[in-house]
Amino acid sequence: MPVSPSDTRGTVHDLAVIGAGPAGLAAAVTAAELGLTVALLDAAPRPGGQFYRQPAPGLGAARPRALHHSWGAFTRRAARLAAQRAAGRVHHLAEHHVWAVTRATADPEHWTVHAVTGPDGAHGPAPELTARHVLLATGAYERQLPFPGWTLPGVVGAAGAQAMLKAGLVLPGRRIVVAGSGPLLLAVAGSLAAAGARVPVVAEAGDYGAYARSPRALAAQPRKLVEAAGHAATLARHGVRLRSRSAVTAVHGTDRVEAVTLTRLDHDWRPLPGTGVRIPCDALAVGHGLVPQLEPATGLGCATRRTPDGGHALVVDGRQRTTVGGIWAAGETCGVAGAELAFIEGELAARSIAGRGPVGALRRRRDRLRRFALAMAAVHAPRPGWSDWLRTDTEVCRCEEVTAGRIQDAVTGLGARDGRTVKLLTRAGMGWCQGRMCGTAVTHLAGDPAPAPTRRPLACPIVLDHLADG
Amino acid sequence: MPTRNGHHLDTSDVVIVGAGAVGAACAYYAARSGLSVTVVDRGAVAGGTTGAGEGNLLVSDKEPGPELDLALLSARLWRELAAALPPEIEYETKGGLVVAGDEPGLAALRTLSEAQTAAGVASTCLPADRLRDAEPHLAPGLAGGVLYPQDAQVQPALAAAYLLRASGARLHLGAEVTAVLRGPGGAVRGVRTPRGDLLAPAVVNATGTWAGELAALAGVTVPVLPRRGFVLVTEPLPRVVRRKVYAADYVADVASDSAALQTSAVVEGTPAGPVLIGASRERVGFDRTLSVEVIRRLAARAAALFPVLAGVRVMRAYQGFRPYLPDHLPAIGPDPRAPGLLHACGHEGAGIGLAPATGQLIAAALTATPAPLDAAPFRPDRFVERSPA
Ligand SMILES: Cc1cc2nc3c(=O)[nH]c(=O)nc-3n(C[C@H](O)[C@H](O)[C@H](O)COP(=O)(O)OP(=O)(O)OC[C@H]3O[C@@H](n4cnc5c(N)ncnc54)[C@H](O)[C@@H]3O)c2cc1C
Ligand SMILES: Cc1cc2nc3c(=O)[nH]c(=O)nc-3n(C[C@H](O)[C@H](O)[C@H](O)COP(=O)(O)OP(=O)(O)OC[C@H]3O[C@@H](n4cnc5c(N)ncnc54)[C@H](O)[C@@H]3O)c2cc1C
Repeated sequence: MPVSPSDTRGTVHDLAVIGAGPAGLAAAVTAAELGLTVALLDAAPRPGGQFYRQPAPGLGAARPRALHHSWGAFTRRAARLAAQRAAGRVHHLAEHHVWAVTRATADPEHWTVHAVTGPDGAHGPAPELTARHVLLATGAYERQLPFPGWTLPGVVGAAGAQAMLKAGLVLPGRRIVVAGSGPLLLAVAGSLAAAGARVPVVAEAGDYGAYARSPRALAAQPRKLVEAAGHAATLARHGVRLRSRSAVTAVHGTDRVEAVTLTRLDHDWRPLPGTGVRIPCDALAVGHGLVPQLEPATGLGCATRRTPDGGHALVVDGRQRTTVGGIWAAGETCGVAGAELAFIEGELAARSIAGRGPVGALRRRRDRLRRFALAMAAVHAPRPGWSDWLRTDTEVCRCEEVTAGRIQDAVTGLGARDGRTVKLLTRAGMGWCQGRMCGTAVTHLAGDPAPAPTRRPLACPIVLDHLADG
Repeated sequence: MPTRNGHHLDTSDVVIVGAGAVGAACAYYAARSGLSVTVVDRGAVAGGTTGAGEGNLLVSDKEPGPELDLALLSARLWRELAAALPPEIEYETKGGLVVAGDEPGLAALRTLSEAQTAAGVASTCLPADRLRDAEPHLAPGLAGGVLYPQDAQVQPALAAAYLLRASGARLHLGAEVTAVLRGPGGAVRGVRTPRGDLLAPAVVNATGTWAGELAALAGVTVPVLPRRGFVLVTEPLPRVVRRKVYAADYVADVASDSAALQTSAVVEGTPAGPVLIGASRERVGFDRTLSVEVIRRLAARAAALFPVLAGVRVMRAYQGFRPYLPDHLPAIGPDPRAPGLLHACGHEGAGIGLAPATGQLIAAALTATPAPLDAAPFRPDRFVERSPA
């Protein structure tokens, strides 16, 4: 019989896992099978994370697997999770959004996990949960770069479009241009096309030719190549063109998207004059890769490192330990690298925490996939010329409606030099998304050569009363 | 003139280290006195505690004494500045309302306000039944309060940035001062940064919470310590809180010497919509980890004062480290131990409010003109232990 969430009060779990994507799921089942008591918390109603997002049961989707590669890797673990829940070794706390993790007051060797429950925290605070170890498997979110017209209805995040498709099986339009950078675009285009949309083109700002120039990291990853080949075959079957070193530099339409301008880029992603072509479409799915979700890690003081694509990821050792004793991390929080690595790191972390089982082979696979991810990130990393797409009136922060021009003024006229001072002087990043949407762009426009990760002591908004009596 | 190692020599009448509110005000008044001014900061403008504060310009929370005198002068100067600077600094004379939960609290509050009146502070006592005329959403059952019309507010980062811009000072950002240069006889003659030396016969230490380290570069001690504070920021709201409203125990917390955590309800609306909720004080060094205990208490107290806030979302929390000196007074003025060095630091939780008066005092010291008020209580070397010779 599944144990109800309220049963967690008063008990100390061996391990609290935050995030039930591939990394958290793998960690929770492995740890439970090794005899640990585990609490698995996720803001979403069902396990699976970004990649294995499942349609809500009521939607009657017959074959969610049609949208996924390696669906089996997920279903096997989901079945193990069900078994461990039944045995009472895993408390799966769905719709639990963790807003902070802190040292337990009663015992500084333990950790307290603070969460609110229900969609958007509507069901109030969860009972505080205590654990000896905490694994952060909070994944990543999509990076956006602004361009003229990106706020027009019909422009959606690429990952968001995929998520919508997986969760609700709806398409953002019928003729959808996919643009941005990163290998996810291929997956997104493939799924959109498979679901019946016409995808005239995938515009990749990076240079796919660069892969051919780092053959070592690639050759070590036959599975990745098969995966990529799979995407390529899907795209070819649906007549989707892939254009490397190109970007959408303008969106046309009055009330919603009617067309986009696709422009060739130079090596630094500067638009090449005179190369723009207009492509009619009714939606644009755009994204520039993923950014590790570092809350609640930074609130705990876990050290971060710069990633080749200009972001930040958690520092972990050979066993997935962060720099704070008792806090572990796995999956995209340690650097964006795909579902396969997330499974491996989750398992590696669980074995390390349990102090059981061989880890050498896991670690070698991990290191190989990490190297591959680094090479990949370098190919698709945003290049500085992207800001040439902007006009002074292009909104950069949508929540607070701050334009590129105002950010420029804060930098040149008022002495801002980093994301934080731009925020203080313009309000860019102060709105609902707390800079998750505009952070990359603002940091770049601020000219900060060595940006620090943004601190968000609260991982999500919380009703004052829930904070007061949680 | 290029130097041996290729750097340009940068010479001015005064180098101000620190581009926070205090450094900006020093630059502004020094420049207005006719001096050529260079400002240097290792980070951005307002990147230090100025960017982590709330921007209240308060007279209400100060007991009669030198700090209140400084605050009253500053209140007047901020009014002048608001007329001279662009509206972006969000200056508002919204007034402060201090409330008491019970009769003894109210009696103490009245005693304080009477003493403040003698020092030149305007205030009006509000009985319980008139509190909600002033603040319609206040909780029922409070004993009464005192309204302080001189309390005002600015957006601190913008205020510092526009002050600095108006000063016309030469600005070096992203340049950390690594040495204070001394000439023959020990007189200060500038500072060293990785980008070159900035020469001047006077150097102002406006490095806030880090002022002890800068002082050490000049071989002197100024015992500034960090006193941490958290602020909660709600989603934007229509104006449910008009003034700065706080509970009477706040005044005691501000003046407390305890290192332990103190929290009192301090609630205020902002022109942009979000309500800011403070205030906590604790001495925990530069610890940046989140304290759930602190923010829970802040939330509970704010909801007790303004029940309407209970259902509002807190969007974010931030923290800062107030530059704190043992007697809760700033250090302002020349340091006799290092001729040419002046300090303008240690303003704790009132550095935005006290910045203009500090700037005037520094400008007066730099130009050897009469000071607008007696600066003796702020002498930077007042903490020196005298040896029993
Ligand atoms: C559109 C798209 C297509 C992709 N295609 C592929 C592909 O083809 N091949 C591939 O290998 N990879 C692909 N990926 C990447 C894959 O999704 C990720 O590598 C994988 O999901 C990472 O797993 P994770 O467990 O680290 O994080 P995630 O899957 O992101 O899971 C993190 C979980 O943590 C939860 N969470 C976060 N913060 C909190 C909090 N504060 N409180 C509670 N819960 C929280 C989230 O709700 C989420 O469920 C794709 C990703 C996207 C977005
Ligand atoms: C939560 C909180 C709320 C507050 N609320 C209020 C309020 O409502 N009203 C009010 O008046 N005050 C308030 N304060 C206090 C106020 O913020 C500070 O007193 C004030 O900002 C101090 O300003 P400053 O210019 O002295 O220091 P800072 O703003 O910290 O500036 C010092 C600068 O010196 C620079 N620096 C340091 N060392 C070096 C070096 N070696 N080389 C170069 N540069 C260096 C730093 O980079 C920094 O920019 C609050 C503080 C906190 C934390």
